[in-house]
This record gives sequence, structure tokens and C-alpha cells, in this order.
Amino acid sequence: MPLLKDGALADDPWQHGIGTLVDLEAWHAGRDAFLAHNAPLGLALKPGDAVETLGGDIHRFALITLDFPTFTDGRPYSVARLLRERYGYVGELRATGDVQRDQLSFLKRCGFDAFEVSHDGAVQDFAAAVAEISVVYQPVSSGAHDRG
Amino acid sequence: MAATYRYNEADRTLVRERVAQFRDQVGRRLAGQLSEDAFRPLRLMNGLYLQLHAYMLRVAIPYGTLSADQMHALADIARRYDRGFGHFTTRQNIQFNWIELAEAPDLLADLADADMHAIQTSGNVIRNVTADHYAGATADEIDDSRIYAEIIRQWSTLHPEFSFLPRKFKIAVTASATDRAALKVHDIGVRLFKQGDERGFEVMVGGGQGRTPMIAKTVREFLPERDLLSYLEAILRVYNLHGRRDNKYKARIKILVHDLGADVFAAAVEKEWQAIKDGPLALPEEKVARIRRHFHPPPFLDLDAPNALRLAKARRDPAFDRWLRVNTKPHKQPGYAIVDISLKPTGGIPGDATAEQMDAVADLAARYSFDEIRVTHTQNLVLPHVEESALYDVWRALDDLDLATPNVGLAGDIISCPGMDYCTLATARSIPIAQAISHRLADSDVQEDLGTLGIKISGCINACGHHHVGNIGILGLEKNGQEYYQLTLGGDPGHDASLGVVVGKSFSADGIVDAVEKITEAYRRIRTPGENFIATYRRVGPAPFKETLYAAA
Repeated sequence: MPLLKDGALADDPWQHGIGTLVDLEAWHAGRDAFLAHNAPLGLALKPGDAVETLGGDIHRFALITLDFPTFTDGRPYSVARLLRERYGYVGELRATGDVQRDQLSFLKRCGFDAFEVSHDGAVQDFAAAVAEISVVYQPVSSGAHDRG
Repeated sequence: MAATYRYNEADRTLVRERVAQFRDQVGRRLAGQLSEDAFRPLRLMNGLYLQLHAYMLRVAIPYGTLSADQMHALADIARRYDRGFGHFTTRQNIQFNWIELAEAPDLLADLADADMHAIQTSGNVIRNVTADHYAGATADEIDDSRIYAEIIRQWSTLHPEFSFLPRKFKIAVTASATDRAALKVHDIGVRLFKQGDERGFEVMVGGGQGRTPMIAKTVREFLPERDLLSYLEAILRVYNLHGRRDNKYKARIKILVHDLGADVFAAAVEKEWQAIKDGPLALPEEKVARIRRHFHPPPFLDLDAPNALRLAKARRDPAFDRWLRVNTKPHKQPGYAIVDISLKPTGGIPGDATAEQMDAVADLAARYSFDEIRVTHTQNLVLPHVEESALYDVWRALDDLDLATPNVGLAGDIISCPGMDYCTLATARSIPIAQAISHRLADSDVQEDLGTLGIKISGCINACGHHHVGNIGILGLEKNGQEYYQLTLGGDPGHDASLGVVVGKSFSADGIVDAVEKITEAYRRIRTPGENFIATYRRVGPAPFKETLYAAA
């Protein structure tokens, strides 16, 4: 899957075996071993995963992926805001799965900064999608704008 | 001029950009770049349904408020894109039933020119916010509930976190002890009231109709005004994260509240809210004041002794007198009245209006009601601020348009969904049943004698016709190719909301009309003086009605 980051196609070091991507269950089972390994850590979350169980460990991860099993499953939007706004996560937050151009501006505003997209041509689509709506009413992590 | 929310440049930009965005989505669909499956959630978020015969477009009318110009714009759209009429719905919306997909973007562009849109009138999002249709006019309110409805409208519009919810989500607002917005059958109902000098909200969550009807539970007795949006955001976040997504029939928040228990649900919301309540969503007084300025009272005249004229005119014309009694309500400003416009002529289709009627109502609003019109969840219209001295002229004009049927709140004021004549979901017809009952109970003397009586008809279990909260509720079903109608009694949408109970075996299409008449006859025998239908039913229960219906058969 091509990776779109900061509005452009980007090389994905994680696909070259740089770092270790674990799911939440594996993390809780082998936390100490992962930490001892001293390689970059990534966390792959599924909708419904209890991110509040991570506590301060959240800052150990350089990458967190949130999976969209379907375009219409909206749980990762809330999780993304919690990660950014509640838990202060500053690393890469990547949308994976059924990621369509028509949800990109919502994802971006909730704090996602990277997207696995279906094809290279999606770059132009995504650039257009993010620019489609310039006015926002809600103060959220990204694009906060209090227009009253 | 009209005390209605006026778009600023930011609002206008958003709506125009949304039109362009949807034009692109429609273009991709027509070019085959988007499958129907991928397009469906996108078009639904913009109020475009694929119905039995054509596309249907639902236009948002936030809290049911329209200016005269906006009503003219809707009339134009009815003529240019539809077949010359529109259908006002129980969501304080208007629907157009005969839309071409390729023309939908142009229609939306025309709407945008009138500061209107179809954003979030469908789909699994926070829907068009509804409110008391007499807001800003009624004598019994403590404030104009539209101020808060507009604040909620802005917060919920294209909300990035809540645009892919488990299911649709409906919020209603009132600021009066009298509930005219059916708060307790909404996902969230908020009621503004004063506790001492402090203003705040009672917050009710988890009401709804459909196949699992429920009355909302109060999760917060008193929420300070400044916390309105942060508390709503906390509720929506708990719902988005924990609402069921495995079964669409169990995905509404009412199921989550029920499964967790209202106390556990409220505790989860409280915990989430504590973490965000002092964040950027807090509503300081000056923010509320900024929105409030849009809803300033219109320049009422300082009138006195208005009733002399009113009574003199009424005495000369019994039909006007009846219309005054039934279709007008007290206004908070002396010398003014609230005028209900019935969209329920005898034998008509509840909620339908022709383009000519819409234009004429707009003209009346411009001339007599400070440019304002309201749409009610009972599928009627309202002129909220009419000088009492103008009532006779307004009545004459409405009567010429077939819009003065004196039945608002009475048995002829039937709520009905479109049923199988229009809707893909329906399993039975509902419009012909509404028409037949309205013919049967057409006599105005009989209706006035029956008093307040809500008859509500749904053509399927999704309950768009609100049959669960009908004093007399009718649910159309289908079995072996036959339509039949289930009768429920005792539902009520108001402050003491209750759900109707099935009284016995179902009826045929003809039989249900007879059954309704029998129920009304039984009520007249049983009632005590001055007791309305729901009070009688609550006093005596279903037994005497069952006897009337089934004993003789």
C-alpha cells in the first residue's frame, strides 16, 4: 500500500523491516521484551481496543496505526482525538484499511497525519479532498478554529 | 426584520464548498468511478435517498425556522426540480420526491443561494437539530430555544469525529415546561430551565421509536449553560466508541443506555466530560450572546386592548371564530398571536404543500409575521408573530389556499409517514389510511368536541409516523401480500411521554378506519367533563376500548 504523509507519497520504513509493529495484545503480553529490544516500536490498533490501558507507554511508540475495517466504522476518529488530545501522543498516526478520499479531511482534523492509500494516483485526490471544505466549526486537535 | 439566524461569510463559504464537494461526488458516481455502495453513505450524508420511483432529497430546516425568501426558494425548487410540491416532515424538514441525480448539485446550489442546505439530513450523523416550533413567540417559554439549537447546529455540522456514527442521531431542544418537540423520543433531548437564577439544561438520552421504542432517561438533572457542548461531545464520544455496530437494529444510543443501564451510561459520560469540560468547547456567556443577537425579538408594536377587535370579528363569522379557537395560540407579546397553518385538509396528504401554497405562505409571512415561518414536527406550518388585528385577513387568505382547516391538535391533524406510496422501507400504505380517517372524522364540531387527540400512522416498523407516541397509533404491516393495521393506544410525545400499547388483533384497511371511530365514540362515553383523550385513557386503561372494538365482532 502506498503511504501518504504530509500530503505526499512517502517511503515507509516500517515496510522495510525497520522497527517492530505489535498489536495491543502482544504489547501487553511482551512489553518488557519489546522495550529491551531497543528498536523503534509501532502499535497497530483495531477499533474497540482499549487504548486507555497503555498509560504512559503511549510515548514509547513512534507509530500508531488505526485500522478502518470499513469506511463507515467511525470509532478510530474518537480514538485518534483521545491519543492526540488526551494522551499527548506526538508520533505518526496512520489510517489503514478502507481509507477513502471522502473521509480524509475528517481524519486529518482528528489528528491523523499518515494514510495508507489504495493507489499512487490517490495523492492528487487526497490533496483535493483536504482542500474541499475550508470552514470548520469545531475546535479539534488539528484545524481548530473558533469562529463563534 | 426577521429574528432568524443569518449566515455570515464563513457559513456561506462552508455551504458553497459542500455543494462543490457533492457535485464532485455525484460526478464520480455518474462517471462510474464510485460504485453505488461507495456512493451511498456519501449521498445519504447529504440527504439524498434512492426511493421506490426516484431520488428523494431532504432539505434541512434547522429548528424549523424559515424566512419568507427561503420559503420562496423552496417553492421555486418544487417547480423546477420536482412536480410542483414538497412534503414537510416530522423532522421539521422538507422532502422533494422526484429528483434527478444529475440535477441534485444544481438544486443544492440554488438552496445555497438562499442560505440553505441538505447537510446531515440523513446518514449516520447528527441530524438536523429540531426545537420548539413556537420558539421566540410562545408565552410559556423562558428563552428562545433556537439560540441553543443553532449553537448545536454549528457544533454538529461536519463534525470530524461524529460523521461516521453507529446510527443516525437526533437532538431536540426546548426552553419551556410544555414539550412541543417530543424530547423524550429523541437520542438526546435538552430542556433549558432556570434553577434559581442560573440557567441550565435537563439532559435526556436514549429515547426513540422504531422497532424498539424507548422513553429517554434523564442522565443529568441540571447542566450549566456553559457546559452544553462539552457534555454533548462526551455523550457522542461514549456512543461512538461503545455503541453497537454489529446489528443496525441495535445500534441506536437507546440500546446502549438500556444495556448499560442509565446510571452506568451517565457515569461513563460524566467521566469523559470531566476530562474535556474546561476545554475549548466551554460556552462563555459572550458566545451565547453572540448567537442570541440573531434571535432578537422582531420590532413588535406596543399594542393594547386587542381582544375587542378580535371578538367583534369572530362574533360575525362562526368559521373564523372556530379557526381562532383551534388554530391560534397566545403570544408572549400583547396584541399578537401565533397562527398554526394546517397542512391537513380533509382528505389531503399530511404535510404536502404545493409551490403556490408555499409562495402564498411566504407572502403572508412577509406581510404579517415579520418574515418568519416555522415548520412543525406535526407536519404543519406556523406564522409565529401575527397582530391580532390582522388575524381575520390572514384567515381569509389561508382559507382561500385550503390552509385554514380548523384541526390543529385535533383528530384531523394526523401525522403520517409517506408509506408504501413513496418509501422503499414501507410494508403498507399509510397516506390512504390517513385520508380515510380524516374524511370519517371531518366534522369540525365532532373534532372540537373530541378535543386534543393525536392520531399517528406509520407504514412500517421504523415508525417515521410516530405511531408509538400517538394517543391513537396505527402501524401498517404486511403478511402474505395483505396489508393490515395494528392499533396502539395511550402513546404521548409530551412532557409525560408514554408509549402506546397494542390493544388486540389487527385490522384491515377499512377496518382500521371503523376502529378509530369506535375508539373516539368510546372516549366520548367514558370521559369526565374537560378530560382529554390521553387523560381518560390513563384513568381507565385499555379495557373499555377493547370491549368496544372486539366484543361486538
